[in-house]
Amino acid sequence: MSRVHGRVIARTGDTLLVRTATGDLRVCPAGDAVPGDIIEHTAADPPRVVRAYLRGDYPTPDTETARLSRGRLRNLEKRARAAAALRSFFAARDFVEVETPLLVEAPGLEVHIEAVPAGMDEWLITSPEFQMKRLLAAGMERIYTVCKCFRAREAGPLHAVEFTMVEWYRGWSDLDAIAADTEALVEHVAREVTGSSRLELSSGSVEVSSPWPRMTVREAMRRFAEVDLDGDEPATDLAEKLRAAGIDLGGAQAWDDLFYSAFVARVEPALAAMDRPLLITDWPVQLAALARRKADDPRVVERFEAYVGGVELANAFGELTDPVEQRARFVDEQLERQDRERPVYPIDEKLIRALEEGLPPSGGIALGFDRLVMLVCGAREIREVLAFAPGEI
Amino acid sequence: MYDTSDIRKGLKVLMDGAPFTVVEFQFVKPGKGTAFTRTKFKNLLTGAVIERNIRSGEKLEPANVEEKTMQYLYQEGDAFVFMDSSSYEQVHVHSDIVGSDGDFLQDNLECAVLFFNERAVGITLPNFIIAEVVETEPAVRGDTSGNVTKAAKLDTGAEVQVPLFITTGDTLKIDTRDRTYVERVKK
Repeated sequence: MSRVHGRVIARTGDTLLVRTATGDLRVCPAGDAVPGDIIEHTAADPPRVVRAYLRGDYPTPDTETARLSRGRLRNLEKRARAAAALRSFFAARDFVEVETPLLVEAPGLEVHIEAVPAGMDEWLITSPEFQMKRLLAAGMERIYTVCKCFRAREAGPLHAVEFTMVEWYRGWSDLDAIAADTEALVEHVAREVTGSSRLELSSGSVEVSSPWPRMTVREAMRRFAEVDLDGDEPATDLAEKLRAAGIDLGGAQAWDDLFYSAFVARVEPALAAMDRPLLITDWPVQLAALARRKADDPRVVERFEAYVGGVELANAFGELTDPVEQRARFVDEQLERQDRERPVYPIDEKLIRALEEGLPPSGGIALGFDRLVMLVCGAREIREVLAFAPGEI
Repeated sequence: MYDTSDIRKGLKVLMDGAPFTVVEFQFVKPGKGTAFTRTKFKNLLTGAVIERNIRSGEKLEPANVEEKTMQYLYQEGDAFVFMDSSSYEQVHVHSDIVGSDGDFLQDNLECAVLFFNERAVGITLPNFIIAEVVETEPAVRGDTSGNVTKAAKLDTGAEVQVPLFITTGDTLKIDTRDRTYVERVKK
């Protein structure tokens, strides 16, 4: 009698259905094995359970068939279809696909993002935005890239240190055009991959057809956290408002730490319950990053975040084009990194020079491709849509 | 002190004067903001579970808690007496702390006794015990419907629901977590 080695797909009575490493289906007696187990069966003995990885704390499976469940294999096929749909979407809108370097001397300075070092004076990119903006300065008008980014110590259901980002930019354009692209892109990918604009997620179903509802940060904080946010109040005032709303601050003092205590505790859970995506717009100037101030309200900047099923899918800016303000923000970020005892990266002088040469008014966005794939697969965790998840490499 | 990178299941921390253990945690990070660890803590004194978002950089205080495997010896007034089988040290655990688990205690039963600041604050029974039925009504002939059970009193003092075929003198396996009958076992 031949040997059976594979993953248990089903158990009926005392018979197991097993998928072997070569993809064949085999039947063998059950013994103690349950679906999900990796078993080995020879001759007349009951099968030996090699790995019971779905029971309790599962170790990394030691066979490739165990690592990639059938659900995950299907997700990888959907991932490829999503990538093809993405490229056809941009091609139809006359975007040029560009490739940007992964190895840089000046990674992003954002205070809460750590770059992965690559040698002495170089890092892996945390985002391709500096290089994309230089291409805008060089005269390219509609560009997109699909690339790997790396952010140290980020690991969780929605995070992996190495992940895939989609960024696109429109020169001589604005944030509204980027918002329209985002809505249309997500709807297009959803239809191409699932045949429907209604996504079935673990939190419920979400209808992604455009246009999407919008809400300002101020309104979201008022509605979900019962906090009246100005956007430029001192941190001590903000702390007082949050405390009055009964939000646990856990010793937070900096403005952004205070804000996100409320956002994570009150706003994000409310977003997860929505059956439509939401664009959260008009971010406080304290959280400006690389966005420019709004002309009609200097307390907020031209920035939106796209949430689908409670998942933060994308972040967009009306791009800051002023080289003097850009340098000032970089210096502030360097100082803040120093205060928080985080590595201080150099300023990207080539980006500053590009802004000095002149950047047209532009809108740009970064969208987490893995998260988009999660949404069209209805996956709960990023590892379900990766061929090689953290811990498996 | 612990920080967010120390958080894992079973970590014991002190919050608002009470000992808690981590039962679940998850990395959360809004794009441009601080990273948090969304953590569920179980209060070791009350069993209540709370959720808190611990910001990266925030500190957690370790709790002085220890769990020891001890043997149950006997009851003395309001207290149950347990002994550490390696050091022979004995502790009295008040019946308020033992609660309804008291009626499953048998001589020499090995339990986990939880200490907080060197004081016994809780016990955990083994998941299963074997006990004898000392009293149960005989089955009524003809009553053969599927899910009917009857009460049976065990030699430990507890009363549990059992199938109709169980008679006085039978030995049973009992799940102490939900106080249910599992099976009849041979003596």
